[in-house]
Order: sequence, then C-alpha cells, then structure tokens
Amino acid sequence: MYGRSIRYGVLHIPIEIEGIRRGAIMLGDTLFLQFIQQLINGISLGSIYALIALGYTMVYGIMKLINFAHGDVYMVGAYVGFFAATAVRLPFFPSILLAMVVTGVLGMAVERLAYKPLRHSPKIAILTTAIGVSLFLEYTTMLVLTPQPRTFPPLLPETIYTVGGLIVSFQQLVILVVSIILMILLTYVVNHTKMGKAMRAVSYDPDAAQLMGINVDKTISFTFFVGSSLAGAAGVLVGIYYNSIEPLMGIMPGMKAFIAAVLGGIGIIPGAMAGGLILGIVEALISGFISSTFRDAAAFAILIIILLIKPTGLLGKNEHEKV
Amino acid sequence: MPMLQLEDINVYYGAIHALKGITLSVEEGQIVSLIGANGAGKTTTLRTISGLLRSKTGGITFFDKPLQKKSAEYIVCSGISHCPEGRRIFANMTVSENLEMGAFTRKDKKEVAATLKTVYEHFPRLKERMFQMAGTLSGGEQQMLAMGRALMSKPKLLLLDEPSMGLAPLLVKEIFTIIKEIHEIGTTVLLVEQNARMALSISDYAYVLETGKISLQGEARALSESEDVKKAYLGG
Repeated sequence: MYGRSIRYGVLHIPIEIEGIRRGAIMLGDTLFLQFIQQLINGISLGSIYALIALGYTMVYGIMKLINFAHGDVYMVGAYVGFFAATAVRLPFFPSILLAMVVTGVLGMAVERLAYKPLRHSPKIAILTTAIGVSLFLEYTTMLVLTPQPRTFPPLLPETIYTVGGLIVSFQQLVILVVSIILMILLTYVVNHTKMGKAMRAVSYDPDAAQLMGINVDKTISFTFFVGSSLAGAAGVLVGIYYNSIEPLMGIMPGMKAFIAAVLGGIGIIPGAMAGGLILGIVEALISGFISSTFRDAAAFAILIIILLIKPTGLLGKNEHEKV
Repeated sequence: MPMLQLEDINVYYGAIHALKGITLSVEEGQIVSLIGANGAGKTTTLRTISGLLRSKTGGITFFDKPLQKKSAEYIVCSGISHCPEGRRIFANMTVSENLEMGAFTRKDKKEVAATLKTVYEHFPRLKERMFQMAGTLSGGEQQMLAMGRALMSKPKLLLLDEPSMGLAPLLVKEIFTIIKEIHEIGTTVLLVEQNARMALSISDYAYVLETGKISLQGEARALSESEDVKKAYLGG
C-alpha cells in the first residue's frame, strides 16, 4: 500500500528562465497533469477499497455486524493467490478465482463457527468475537507462514503506458476492469437473482423474510460467501500491484474500507462503491499534493467529518420507513 | 378432524410467560377469529404457528402433520401463510418484487404467474402501482400488498394479523370484503383482530384470549351475543 503512489507524487516544477508567463502556463499544465495522474492512481486504489468495503456493508446490512475480521479475509485472499501462482503456477484468472472461492468458504466458516452461535446475544459479544476472529486469522497466518513479507509473483506484465504525460500501468487497468466486472456482477446478483432478493429482504426485515419462507441462515451464509470472495479478489489484486504481502497487510486496508463503507452509508451497496472510490481519490490527491504521510490521517479525518455531519453516510437515509 | 390443531402451547419471552397452555383448532373452510385486548397473546399465537416462536410444551399439527420444531420455511411450504401485524412489507422493493417474495418457495413459474393474476384481481390497485416502491404506498395499499404477498404462496390457511389496524373505517370495510372474497375462493382464515365487532361479523368460530389464556370460545354469532363479550370487546 505504500511507496508506489509516492513515486508519482513528486511535483515537478519546471524552472523556466525565459519568462514568467511561459513558466506560469507550464506550471498550470503540470499541475493539471499531476491532478489527472493522481486521479488515475486514486481510482485504482479506490476500486480496491470499494471491493473490500462491499463485504463490510453487505454483512452489516444483513446482520448489523461490523465484521472486523473482514480485512484479514482479504489478507488470506492475497496468500491464496500467492500460493496459487507460486506453488501451483496458475495464471492470473485461475489464481484470482481460486482466491475468491477459498476466501468465500472461509467467510462462511467464520460466520458459521463464530457468529451464528451468538446471533441472539448482545451486539457487543459478537463485535468482540469479530475482533477475536481478526486476531486469530492474523496470528495463525503468522504462525503457519511466518511473519516474513513475501514477494508476490508478477502474474501480470508490468507494462507501463504513457499517454500525453500520464502514466498508466497495465496492472492499474486490470485492477479497474476486474473491480468493475465484479461490481456489475454483484449488482446483478443482488437485484435480479432469487438469492439477491432474499438478501435484500432479510436485510430489510428478517422476520418478514422468514414468513416468506426465506431461509435466513442460508441467506446470511451466502452473503458472507459473496462479501468475502470480493475481499479475496481485492487481496490478489493488491498483491500484484504492490508485489509484497504479509500477515498484517489486512489491518490498514480493512480500516480504510470500513471508512469507505461508512462514508457511502453502511448497509448500502452503491454507497460502498462510491465511498471506496472517493476515499481512494482523496488519499491519492493528498499524497500527491501534500504529503503521503497525511494520507492515513486524511482517511480518518473523513470518518470523523462524516460521523459529525451525516452519520448515515452520503447515500444513507435517516431511517427505514416502517409505517 | 380440524385442519390446524394447537395443543397446550406455552410460549415464553425470557421470564415472561406469554401463552399459558393455549389449545385451539381451525376447521378447514372456516374463518376463525382470535380476539382480545392488547398483550393478550394473539400475535404471539400466530407467530408460534408460523415458526417464528417456539412452544415449550404441547404440539401444533396441520393436516395431522406435526409443525412444532419445523422451520418457518417448511411451514410456508406446507401451506400456511402469515400476513403479519404492521404489514411488514419490504419498503425498499417495488410492489411486484414484494409479491414475488411472497412466492419465494414456489418453483413453478407458470403457476406463480397464475396466482399473481388472481392477486391482482383481488387488489386491482396493486396492479396499477406494480413498479412503485412499496414504501411509497398509502397505509391501506400497504395492507393490501401485505395480504397479496401472503396469498402468493397459495396458502391453504391464511393467518391474518390485525388487517384493519390504523385504517380509516371505509378502508376497513374494503379489507373485510376482500377477506371474505379470499375465503370464498377456498382459503381458510385465522384472523386476529382488535376490531372484535368486524371480526365476529365475518367469522364462523371465535376464541377470546385474555392474558395468554383462552377465556371464551364458541360460534361467532353466539359469542357476539354473549354479555361478557359485549361488555369487554363490543363496547356494551
């Protein structure tokens, strides 16, 4: 998550001796280019936040739980992708698919073993358990795979395109395209499939959903599968982009994605997408124009501001209308 | 042989003993109503039948098959549909999506389409608003949607909880007319109502619930003439 965006972040101010006017135009151009460049970086970072944020928001929507273990599911996804690419020597698409399936199943298992027994317990019990699951995943990974960072294999060519002074890497394009495809798929599933409709019904009113004959347990399981597999995909994409993974890599992006979900309005799927993109762009602009040291601070400042001004998030309504 | 039989049902909310040994039955083809004051346990009874709550003792049978300990899903599939108190429609979905959710357990698309057609015949106003978000409907329309949704599973027995709640008198009349229509096409109805007069007027049989126990039961007409019921529930 660190380093690469800083590289693009250096501001090149040309020193023009020939004239102030020409210099000023050049400066304006560079600033504009710089802005667009950071926008590009921000969108690829933001689409990863969005993928992770979707899992937070879906799980919150359906069982009103902030699943703090979600960032670690993303870390596991990165490791699965790593082993798929190194040990099994799978190419990009099979690797990411495998990571999605494994993390999906992991998410379902976590829900079944850790959260389901607590479904009728006080909220705080299940929230604490989520933190426990998070630590469990982090330190089990450390125990089994050592805390040593690993170099992610180059699953995608590291081609870099320069278009009119802008730098776009092939990897950035793949991140964007894969994220968009996954988000379109998710939107389709949620709006047009039976399971997706069941998800919306359960998240709106679990009792009423049960009266329709919807199996709430199955629906929650399915939600965890989908949310976790999106995080798994994000893990592989980040592994490729930053080519280094380690057992605690899920903490910061997990928090950021949580902020993104709150920013968009927790429980609202398009909100998580928008929140992720906005957060990514803001972070990229801050690191590009101010300093990358302030990047994380900016994310948390956004959280504080949104909680002060509009706690329900950008797309959030004040309350469900239940007449 | 009654269609639905409840035998010695005891339900607790934590330490609160909400239903104290309820025994009641519903004959096929009838409208049976359950009347009583707030908190008497009417809604709890319905929620126990549809599997949202569990009885500690006794049993529930539907066409001689045991229902206790079965999932809500199983109960819907076996032919009981519950239209809950307060409508509980999915406000974030359209009218037609809500109706679609009512048919969630049914696989045959053609038959579902046929049911949808009859539901729209009972509730023409829902057809006019099929693409509207359910949350934007008026109270009466929401009640119609909740009833239509419950009918989408093609139930043999319809549990109706307070269909007249919060509606204007004219609408209450309309809703009761529709209940009679639904009954005429062959649906057995177990009706929970605060509006005892209306409920008794369309029912065959009725039970009076008082603090978790059945205090009175009988033919609806006989009950509406009983002095106790008149005094307590029919306003003199």
